[in-house]
Amino acid sequence: MVVHPKEQRIILKHADEPGYTTDIDCYMKHGGYEMLKKAVGMDKQAICDEVKNSQLRGRGGAGFPAGVKWSFVDRKSGKPVYMVCNCDESEPGTFKDRQIVHKDPHQLIEGIMISCFATDCAKAFIYIREEMPKGAEILNQAINEAKEKNFVGDDILGSGYSCDIVVHRGAAAYICGEETGLIESLEGKRANPRIKPPYFPAALGLYMCPTIVNNVETLCNVKHILEMGADAFAKIGRPNNTGTRIWCVSGGVKRPGYYEVAGITVGELIYDICGGPKDGRSIKAIIPGGSSMKILKNGERYTGKDRDGNEYDWGIEDIPLDYDGIAAAGSMSGSGGMMVLDDSVEIPVALANLMAFYSHESCGQCTPCREGSLWLKKITTRMVHGEARPEDVDLMKSVADQIEGRTICAFGFAVAWPVQSYLEKFEDEFREFAQRHSRTGGDRTAAKELACNH
Amino acid sequence: MEEKDNLITVNIDGQDLQVPPGTNMVEAAAMLGKEIPHYCYHPKLSIAGNCRMCLVELGMPGRDRATGEPMLNEDGSPKIMWMPGPAIGCGTKAAPGMHIKTDSPKALESREAVTEFLLVNHPLDCPICDQAGECTLQEFSSSHGRGYSRFIEEKNVKPKRTRLGPRVTLDDERCVLCSRCVRFCDEVAGDSVLGFTDRGSYSTLTCFPGKELANNYSLNTVDICPVGALTSTDFRFKMRVWFLKETNSIDFETSVGANTVVSAREGKVYRIKPRRNDEVNDTWMPDPGRELYKLIESEDRLTQCSIGGAAAAATDAIAKASECLRGEGIAIVGSGLNSVEEQFALNAIAKTVQAKGVYLVARYGEDDGILMSVDRNPNVRGALMTGLIDSLPEERLDDLGAKIDSGEVTTVLAVKEDLLAAGLTEAQLDKVSIVYLGAHENGTSKRAEVALAGLTQFEKSGTVINQQFRIQKFSRAIPGPGGAIEDLYALATIQANLSGESFPSTVGSIWKEIGSEGTPFAGLSFQNLSDQGQLLDGSAFDALPFKEGKSLHFEPKQEAVVAE
Repeated sequence: MVVHPKEQRIILKHADEPGYTTDIDCYMKHGGYEMLKKAVGMDKQAICDEVKNSQLRGRGGAGFPAGVKWSFVDRKSGKPVYMVCNCDESEPGTFKDRQIVHKDPHQLIEGIMISCFATDCAKAFIYIREEMPKGAEILNQAINEAKEKNFVGDDILGSGYSCDIVVHRGAAAYICGEETGLIESLEGKRANPRIKPPYFPAALGLYMCPTIVNNVETLCNVKHILEMGADAFAKIGRPNNTGTRIWCVSGGVKRPGYYEVAGITVGELIYDICGGPKDGRSIKAIIPGGSSMKILKNGERYTGKDRDGNEYDWGIEDIPLDYDGIAAAGSMSGSGGMMVLDDSVEIPVALANLMAFYSHESCGQCTPCREGSLWLKKITTRMVHGEARPEDVDLMKSVADQIEGRTICAFGFAVAWPVQSYLEKFEDEFREFAQRHSRTGGDRTAAKELACNH
Repeated sequence: MEEKDNLITVNIDGQDLQVPPGTNMVEAAAMLGKEIPHYCYHPKLSIAGNCRMCLVELGMPGRDRATGEPMLNEDGSPKIMWMPGPAIGCGTKAAPGMHIKTDSPKALESREAVTEFLLVNHPLDCPICDQAGECTLQEFSSSHGRGYSRFIEEKNVKPKRTRLGPRVTLDDERCVLCSRCVRFCDEVAGDSVLGFTDRGSYSTLTCFPGKELANNYSLNTVDICPVGALTSTDFRFKMRVWFLKETNSIDFETSVGANTVVSAREGKVYRIKPRRNDEVNDTWMPDPGRELYKLIESEDRLTQCSIGGAAAAATDAIAKASECLRGEGIAIVGSGLNSVEEQFALNAIAKTVQAKGVYLVARYGEDDGILMSVDRNPNVRGALMTGLIDSLPEERLDDLGAKIDSGEVTTVLAVKEDLLAAGLTEAQLDKVSIVYLGAHENGTSKRAEVALAGLTQFEKSGTVINQQFRIQKFSRAIPGPGGAIEDLYALATIQANLSGESFPSTVGSIWKEIGSEGTPFAGLSFQNLSDQGQLLDGSAFDALPFKEGKSLHFEPKQEAVVAE
């Protein structure tokens, strides 16, 4: 397997090497668990400081600085602190954690153990997506191997610190990836996200104890921060966007796949690494960070001022491929699942597809998301079935606005953002689509009859 | 405004208000008389925050990031930093300087949006829905809704008429998924049987497999259901709620004395619901107490006084009863189901006739630690405090039986109680002359020389004293049957006849005597007793081995004696 020269593989360094296996001997031959050995001899606070100084940001979606998250943990309560590794990778378009778990599980276990040691966690849980049964098997096997070598379990490497890892298979729902929903699910309940305040995981998390929830990729990075030092890590990528990121590219490109990169632009990823659009096609838009993020339209100009006051004027290909770059273009890097839509895609159909997904995955707990997502699905489905009305475009926008920011968890944003951004950037296409697919010519009664019979 | 007594100053729609720590914004706004509409929030349940109806704008005094100094406006007042999105009022606890806006355009728009969302899949079957008239969804739709629908799609279809348990019927299409019932079962009833299946808009309230909602408190879920999803199987389709006249009453089931509201129309009671009293029953009551109204028209109801088994006018029956009670050898069997006023009058009679014995019949049941106490008499403490009895009653009247056998007792005045059920034999009853006063027929009334048809608690007013020594009043909801006579009037007239002196015969007038100086009731009167009741000093009875254990708002004074 050839690694593209623009890739910078740290986490996936060995994953795709021929002959690299998931067993512990192979991992140790490649220098595995050396960092854990180093960590248990270090001061816990020193490790936390390293992570903080590395400016490592969460790889799960929100991009919150991991070291800061660790420092929020409530130490005064006297309750045990839990570490939960969020391996419920369920954002459509994202498949990076799967690579790590399937190909290099010990790297994750080492990352978890270093993080647990640094934050003095009593127990670690890996909440793995139900749809990854093989991953769970691999992880359990790897944990057993690590236990035999005393990297996991009681009195780790004679340090006096004990910590076990439990692999828990998820409940097969998108919302199980939301951290408080995940915690509820881990407790054996329905994955209804909790209200915040008061249930911030750092204070009232798993079993009402302080809990750290980190993404798989984030935890793997901890090992490399310790290995190369916070300063060296912080030099990878741009300031405040340190380290590499694994991008999962799907859709209309010649070479879709996962690519670990740092400090490049969207254009370099799509055109250079992924080979650009398929022959005879052109790129219409990209969804940068998993299906819930706002869409970026090809051909648009993205202008503004960055943090240092410098003006920028980007085309889609010039957008820096990191948290701040994509945020400056009005979207988010999310979980790193980049979907490329080429000119064969009809945006209203794409939206109908997404709404079918989100209405199915809404937990149903709070009103705007529960009722709004299904309503949007019903409208978009009706549209693509040829029963569109001219007023549907404004109605969808209004329904999305009524959901955004009014829900218990971020799922409300995940439903609203695609609708809002698709309509904003492709309003003409929607209006034209509505016209073309209207069998009723805007007749309310006729549309209703059709709606009730489809 | 300065902070004092640990109170926190918050600002609601421009008005400063001091509230205790921990007060949420729904309650705080209520203190100013402002209603923040809500469905899932309930003052006696945990916060779920899922209906999103109580969204308000929220702001906190700003602090400069660099210096940590408070940010000020030009006029020197603290600069309020408003959050970009709305926050839920129920889940927002008071913090110093907190500002909320409950009626800003943003807040109102949020409510309008939630109302629209709740209605898109709602069946809108108000014309046949029992909740209509007392439905929060109906009320908020008219006050916060748009008045028209933008929804032309097909509505979701969910189960109708699901039997959740023996007393509760569920219509899932009306459910707004507020989870109040689920939380009630988990947190108050301690019987987790309800939950949701499916997800998103298809979420459906249901019982766990193999379980049913059969606990003693199941009908409280119907009370707290903000819509017509959970309905009382008993009340379903019986009466439109806006026709019902509500009267405050007390649950006569146990010595807890849960506060209730009796709903009646044209002389007929249709349902009984709990009434909030934070010192007694919060907002709950047990299920069996809701069916007590069935006593009113039960088959064994006495609707006519009788002398020697023959129907008689009430006045004649009272005169005859007074005659029977002149002379020696009289015993009195009172009841823990009587009001304080009736027990007071009965005590006066006991003194006048120099009774050979005064008894109460104890009723004991199982204690559930919530609102069902061991003592199933609502007013044993009333009998103690009026001086009718001076020790705890027993379940059997063996002592009275012995006195009948020995010939010491020749006449028994029995109020409400069946002497046979209390352990006396038919042979013993045959040896004595019986005067009976009660609302229902029984073995004793059938053998009575005089039977006076009395009233149920729904047909008269009075007071009872619960396990906390809290005196609480109940009021007449409906008139009694034509041939019946008010118990207090009957007793007062008998006492007047026996003593030759006038005796007050109404609840209002008798309190001039009950509440006289030097009694435990000094200063009280029926009129000025509040609807939340009043605690009395029961320390004189501390030595008695009351059997009630710990319950919702009750701690026993001493280790409860386990009932044999």
